[in-house]
Amino acid sequence: MNAVHKKRLIIVIIGVAVFSAAAALVLYALNENINLFYSPTQVAEGEAPVNKRIRVGGMVAKGSVEREPDSLKIQFAVTDFENSLIIHYDRVLPDLFREEQGIVATGKLDDKGRFQASEVLAKHDENYMPPEVSDMLEKQGAAAGETSPKTYPKTTP
Amino acid sequence: MIPEIGHFALILSFCFSVALGVLPLLGVYRKNTLLIWLAKPLVAAQLLFIAISFALLTWAFAVDDFSVIYVASNSNRALPMIYKVTAVWGAHEGSLLLWALILSGWAFAVGCFSRNLPDDIRAMVLSIMGLVSVGFQLFLLYSSNPFLRFLPDFPLDGNDLNPLLQDFGLIVHPPMLYAGYVGFSVAFSFAIAALLSGRLDASWARWSRPWTNIAWVFLTLGITLGSWWAYYELGWGGWWFWDPVENASLMPWLVGTALLHSLAVTEKRGAFKSWTVLLAISAFSLSLLGTFLVRSGVLTSVHAFAVDPERGLFILVFLAVVIGSSLTIYAVRAPTVKSYAVFELFSRETLLLLNNILLIVATMTVLLGTFYPLIYEATTGGKISVGPPYFNLIFAPLILLVLPLMTLVPQIFWKRSPTADLIKKNIIPLVCSLILCVGLWVSGDFEAVSELNVQIILAVLFAVWLFIALVKDLIGKLMSHRAAHRGSILDGIRSLTLGYYGMVLAHAGIAICVIGVAVVSVYSVDKDLRLAPGDQVEMGGYQFEFKGLTQTKEANYTALTANIEVTNEAGETWTMKPEKRSYPVRQSQMTEAAIDAGFFRDLYLALGEPLTKGAWSVRIQVKPLVRWLWLGGLLMAFGGFIATLDRRYRTKKTPASGANI
Repeated sequence: MNAVHKKRLIIVIIGVAVFSAAAALVLYALNENINLFYSPTQVAEGEAPVNKRIRVGGMVAKGSVEREPDSLKIQFAVTDFENSLIIHYDRVLPDLFREEQGIVATGKLDDKGRFQASEVLAKHDENYMPPEVSDMLEKQGAAAGETSPKTYPKTTP
Repeated sequence: MIPEIGHFALILSFCFSVALGVLPLLGVYRKNTLLIWLAKPLVAAQLLFIAISFALLTWAFAVDDFSVIYVASNSNRALPMIYKVTAVWGAHEGSLLLWALILSGWAFAVGCFSRNLPDDIRAMVLSIMGLVSVGFQLFLLYSSNPFLRFLPDFPLDGNDLNPLLQDFGLIVHPPMLYAGYVGFSVAFSFAIAALLSGRLDASWARWSRPWTNIAWVFLTLGITLGSWWAYYELGWGGWWFWDPVENASLMPWLVGTALLHSLAVTEKRGAFKSWTVLLAISAFSLSLLGTFLVRSGVLTSVHAFAVDPERGLFILVFLAVVIGSSLTIYAVRAPTVKSYAVFELFSRETLLLLNNILLIVATMTVLLGTFYPLIYEATTGGKISVGPPYFNLIFAPLILLVLPLMTLVPQIFWKRSPTADLIKKNIIPLVCSLILCVGLWVSGDFEAVSELNVQIILAVLFAVWLFIALVKDLIGKLMSHRAAHRGSILDGIRSLTLGYYGMVLAHAGIAICVIGVAVVSVYSVDKDLRLAPGDQVEMGGYQFEFKGLTQTKEANYTALTANIEVTNEAGETWTMKPEKRSYPVRQSQMTEAAIDAGFFRDLYLALGEPLTKGAWSVRIQVKPLVRWLWLGGLLMAFGGFIATLDRRYRTKKTPASGANI
């Protein structure tokens, strides 16, 4: 093995070492940080793990939003039109949060079956539905025409 | 009639793109000088007609022509004129038209500013850019035509522009970002042309470098502005969310950064040629992937506006064609490219290669994290999201490796370098930054986030080391020149190349950015509170008092403004006014945060929603050094710009060797 080969070998070894260290770290990090999505029905059937970060989603059920009078605590139900799940939250809600709007919440299910959210996402665009939610609703067969069609001020010239 | 002319102009531009994609390339093969000569006029014609098309769409917005679907969906009579004009790129069709316009603009610029390029190479580069144009314009005409009409029954008023986009940030952020994305098409075309012609040499790298630089500058500006926009407009004070769309802009940036440095090695030392070409292909492919991500809606993202799967499919096919064909060319031609450069293990080449590897590893981890939800769904059927902790966990150590390398690379020489010299150069900077960090450790309150401690301390340590080493190197170079030539300081300043100054500025930008990120992630205070009129809270050394609300009416929205009085430790008092805006046309609400910006800290107030008894939920944040993030970004972009102006890119001759990158 001459000097050039030796040099190349060292570079390759360094490269492989960096890549494999990164790969190991990536796999570890991925394992720790993926958040599985569950529908309210899956939660009701006990499929969702307790005390692990997960995501749930659905439409905010009409008339389900309740606030505590003297704090930021709020609870509301998300539904997939078969089952619903009560979500507890104590931070500021996003602008597009309202009843009958598709949302996704990240948080943990406690052992009493309550979902404590650390983050609630509603999207930028009022015609937009989180894909998880629209897929889920489609599976339930309830979604046909659920994403609100674009409406323009009705006029005739 | 006007929109039809716009549509027609777009079709004409498409025809010119097809001609541009075919004829000059054919000319190069047939050695037909007429066909080669055609490249420049074709580029000009293509640009002219797409510019007409773009101008006419803008006109349709300006005169409220709601018979055009795209205008009706994204504008409104009450919208201020400035936003009517910027609404052109506020949604899918128009932003794609902007993409195509910028692409033609870049091609035209290459045609104009490449007088020192051999005719056939220039023709090939322009031709390849023409082919890329064909893809985009076909996409526009096929599935995203902005000129479609509502006829005969069109609305009298439009659906208004998404309120989030009615903002200065939107005026400048997308064009910058696009200019960056599309700019990499130049580096890409140069690389493909070099592969096809077999002329992969130092002069190729020298032609390619300024274009890559400028594209990188735009992308850096675009990302910086995007982060700033998200910070003040999305309303919640975050500046980076590891959202798929942000990742989509970060990946080409990382690869582009690797490409800049690899090109430097190729130019100066003739090494890493095929690696450089591969990076150029990857940078542009990732830019296309970014467009695909934003426009297809395959990934959940805060940026995901209502989307159309058919378009996603088109871009996916386009992406496959571009990546597939360029990698095929690469596979066939790259083995013929040989690098003969010799260098020692401990040399600038090796360290740059190492930094390149780190940047690529970073890109791959971001890529994996971004697409993992898709892979997971395809393999197991479950739906997941990959949270920010994944990216933070991966990114922090990589940055910690990159920073010291960044410090060392400019200090050591090509080929080989003595170690003793290096130690001598770094003692002072290292000791200084150590003292600073120990001071920070002692004075700071790190108990809150114990896990991050070591990484944060190291990041600040390395960033400060980098910064001091850069300043020391700069001063040292100026002094030594002055001593050697007995010149004035001005002579010393003139003796260094713009490339060197650019490097110093850009690297200093990174250091400042890293310090900002580290400090703001540890020392930020962030609380959601319930505030009734008259309530007071104390946070981060400031006193906040909620005074009450006022209501105002603007052209296309009404605003509720909270008056919050802030008192600092010195007893000075001022009022901050966060707003809640309601846009009647879209029946949507917008949070307009009040930000008291400062060099050392930002105060950030955002109104949540009304609660009982006249109280509101309010988010209050104190964010130290948050401005440094964007300041660093701007400095990087400025550095890149300065380096592009370096004299050696403008002369035809091989330049005298400068020891900079």
